[in-house]
Formats: sequence, structure tokens, C-alpha cells
Amino acid sequence: MRRVVLIAVPYLWLLALFLVPFIIVLKISLSDYALSIPPYTPKLDFAAGWEGIKAFFSALDFENFTFLTTDDLYWKAYLSSVQIAAIATLCTLLVGYPIAYGMANAPDHWRPTLMMLVILPFWTSFLIRVYSWMGILSTEGYLNQLLIGMGLISEPLTILNTNTAVYIGIVYTYLPFMILPIYATLERMDASLLEAAEDLGCSRIQAFWLVTLPLSRNGIIAGCFLVFIPTIGEFVIPALLGGSDTLMIGKVLWEEFFNNRDWPVASAVAVILLLILIIPIILFQRNEQKQREAEG
Amino acid sequence: MRRFTWFNATSLTLGFAFLYLPMVILIVYSFNASELVTVWAGFSTKWYGELLQNEAFLDAAWVTLQVAVISSTIATVLGTMAAYVLVRAGRFAGRTLFSGMIYAPLVMPEVITGLSLLLLFIGIGLDRGVLTIILAHTTFSMCYVSVVVSSRLVSFDRSLEEAALDLGCTAMEAFRLVTLPIIAPAVISGWLLAFTLSLDDLVIASFTAGPSATTLPIKIWSSIRLGVSPEINALSTLLIAIVAVGVITASLITKRAALRQEAEERAAIRA
Repeated sequence: MRRVVLIAVPYLWLLALFLVPFIIVLKISLSDYALSIPPYTPKLDFAAGWEGIKAFFSALDFENFTFLTTDDLYWKAYLSSVQIAAIATLCTLLVGYPIAYGMANAPDHWRPTLMMLVILPFWTSFLIRVYSWMGILSTEGYLNQLLIGMGLISEPLTILNTNTAVYIGIVYTYLPFMILPIYATLERMDASLLEAAEDLGCSRIQAFWLVTLPLSRNGIIAGCFLVFIPTIGEFVIPALLGGSDTLMIGKVLWEEFFNNRDWPVASAVAVILLLILIIPIILFQRNEQKQREAEG
Repeated sequence: MRRFTWFNATSLTLGFAFLYLPMVILIVYSFNASELVTVWAGFSTKWYGELLQNEAFLDAAWVTLQVAVISSTIATVLGTMAAYVLVRAGRFAGRTLFSGMIYAPLVMPEVITGLSLLLLFIGIGLDRGVLTIILAHTTFSMCYVSVVVSSRLVSFDRSLEEAALDLGCTAMEAFRLVTLPIIAPAVISGWLLAFTLSLDDLVIASFTAGPSATTLPIKIWSSIRLGVSPEINALSTLLIAIVAVGVITASLITKRAALRQEAEERAAIRA
């Protein structure tokens, strides 16, 4: 009896507030836009009994999904989200790896402090961390002031409201997600392997390429997924740092919902976004599983 | 043989400079007297004064705090239950769906979570306000809590619980007297995680908040869309300071508690 309650309470909560809302999104994505409150049709009419339910289901169609394929905006936004996420993930890896590598090589008594320093930004408001770059990157911003003051440029650079600013924002906010898994694999690595490689005639750089890098593969893969997956649906960074030509699907969904008030199309956008995300999520899970099996 | 090379030192220095400089600049310029944010015009604390006079910000901060405390507390209870179910309840019908629903919100884009919850609230005719934000925040943060707590539950020695049951404890007593004290550090960090996730959330709150309730991130969002403002710099500095103090204190406390507990656990096993 007690076990049933223990299972039922969180189960029912998640069913009601996680699964049911999805079914509603799915349903509305198959409905039509209407000038009413709420702005879609058909609505399920239980009072009409079986006939009402039948009429409801026969009115559902894939029109919104067809619409998404006819308007350039949507598939371009999907494509450019994936592209921006992929480039940003690569940049985060290039910035994050040397940091994780440095942490793993640091003296033992430094490591807890270094870990703390990587994790601390996690706890600080995401919004504020993105905002902090607005003052740096704007035309009159600190970066332009610095570069002009050093005499490196004469005209201010336009960085804010471009894709470059979006990449910087993503690298900055998602960096800890990349550093931590890579650091974890590097720290576990048996250092005597490097010794062996060097005894066998490898230079230090060769030893890094032939031993360290391949052994940190799992960390790299995990870190890349942890950055790539949430970035695809990102809204705050493209909205604050990106320009009007920065196309990301999270932003399109937001505008479709709040500005155009087209709920059925917004729902269809959400459904497709989810379908796109399922592939990297499954790959990520499989990678984690493989790693656990290798360790266990 | 690990060597800390010049290359390592340089990449750590540059890396941490990259992580912390933007926040340092933000903090420094929050004490700028000038209205123009990017031009330094002397030290002043006037923006803090104006911030404390700004009723709209104070109201939003109060709403945010209420939502965060209530939602993280419910989320901790539900998340701990869910973790217990995942680790200890064995097989039951619909277990796969259950663990799927625990892990899915962690990778779900916020725009989708927000949209779907809003459509639910409208569908059942629930007025949007503080209650709906609390429901939304509880739902996603309980999943984070259960991940944190279940990792602790997996690693702890189950024979302690069995010993308590053998010595005549009821299942509830065993949980309260043995399991809960042992997983307490994880439960506390789960609560803290849920609390900060709630404080921080803009997207889900924007979907689920009605006109009657505005949270601090929504308020910040609407003023920074127009550009950088000295008042927001001051507010950001306060928030960064609170988080830094909170995280450092919490980590010291939980570390000490964890060490003590480990020692006790070891002593109990030896005895």
C-alpha cells in the first residue's frame, strides 16, 4: 500500500504536468488556426457525445506541418539552428579542452578550487551571464574601446547582433558542460601510459595525440552532446545577442506564439523540433550506456 | 607522471579570465556614476539606491522568491520520492515510462516545456499567475532533484537499511532514521539546485506567468531587450553576490556533513 502511494504521487504528477501537456501540443499542432479564444479549432466537445469526438478527430489534419514545408522560414530556421549549434559546439570544444587538460595536470591540492571555479558560473543567472556580453560587444562597448585604445582598429567592429555574438554567448554559457566531462575522463586516465609512450620514443606532443586525446574520447563525446542538444532549442542567446537575421528555431517558436499568436503553427514547430532532437538524444544515451558497461 | 606545463598554466589563466572577466566588468560598471553604461564617470552607488526605490523590481523579486522557495521544496519531496522509486522500488508496471518522464525534462528545450504547460493551463481553465509558475517549476526541477538524489542512493550501503529493519524498525522509521540522514547532503544540494533553477528561469516563467505575476527574470528581460542599463548592472551584481556567498557556504557545509557522515558510516560498518 505504502509502495503504491510512493510510486503514484510522483508518477501522477509527471503524467499530469509533463505527458498530458505534450499530448495537448500534439493535438493543437493538428488543429487549425481560428480567430477565437483560445485561437484554434476544433475544440473537443464532450457534451455532443460520440458524434462530437468523431467530428473532432475528423477535423484534425497535417495542414500545419505541410505549411512548415512550404514556407522557407521554417526549414531554414531548423537548418540554421543545427548549423549554429554544431559550429558553437566545436568552438566550445576548442576552448574547453585546453582548460580541462590544464585542470587535470594541475597539482592535486588545486583541483577542488579549480572545480569550484568551473561550477560557480553554473549557479549564476544564465540571463545575467548572457547580458554581461551585451556591454562588451556593442559598438560603443568595452571590447571596441579597448581595441581602438590600443590602436588596433580605427572603426568600431559590429559584433553584437551578429552570429559571432551568438557563438561567443553559447561558448561562454555552455563551457562548464564541456569542461566537466572531459576533465572527468582526463583525471581518471592512467598517467603511466604517457610515461610508457615517452619511453618508447614518442615526443610529448605525439604522446598527447596518440594517448591522451584518444583516451579522452568519451569525455569529448559527452561534452559535445551536452552542449549541442540544449543549444538547438536555445532562445535567450539568439534573442539577446543575435541579429534580426539570426535564425534559430527556439526564437521562431517564441515569435510564432507571442507575436503572431498562431498556436497551431507554434505547436507544429515544437513537435518537429522534438523529432529533430530525438536523434542526438538517443545517440547520447547509447554513448553513456556503452561507457557504463565498459566501466562496470 | 603529470606535468603542469606552461601551456597548461596559460590555458587555465585565459580560460578563467574568459569565464570571469565579463562578470567582473559588470560588477565594476554597476558602481559607475554615468548614465551611459560604457563610459566611466567616477564611483557611485546611486544605481543601488534607485534599485531599492523601484517598486516593480522589488515586487518581482518577492514573487520570484516565493515561487523559488515553494517550488523547490515541493520538487525536493517529489524528486526524492521519485529517486527512491527509481532505485529501490524494483519492477512495476510503467517503470520505463516513469524513468523516461524523469529524464526527458532534462533535455527538453525550455520553449517546448513552457508552451506545453501553458496550453495545459489554458485547456483546464487555470488562471495564470503565481500558482501556475510554481507548478511549472516544480515539474522540471523535481527531475533534477531526483537525478541528484538517486546518484547518492545508488552509492550507499544498503545493508545499513536492512540492519535497521532487522532491529525492528518499520520501513518508515528506517527511512527517517537511517536513509534520510545519509542522503541528506544530496537532498540539500537537490533543493539548492531546484531553487536556483527556479530563480533563474525566464522562458518557462514567461509562458506560464499571467499578467498578475511577474518574476525577476521576466522583469530583467523586458528592460535589457532595449539595451544595457546601469540599474540592471546593479541588480546583477547583487544577484551574483548572493549566489556566490550561498554556493560557497553551502558547499562548505555539505562537504563537512558528507565527511562526517562517511566517517560515521565507516564506523558503523566496522562496529
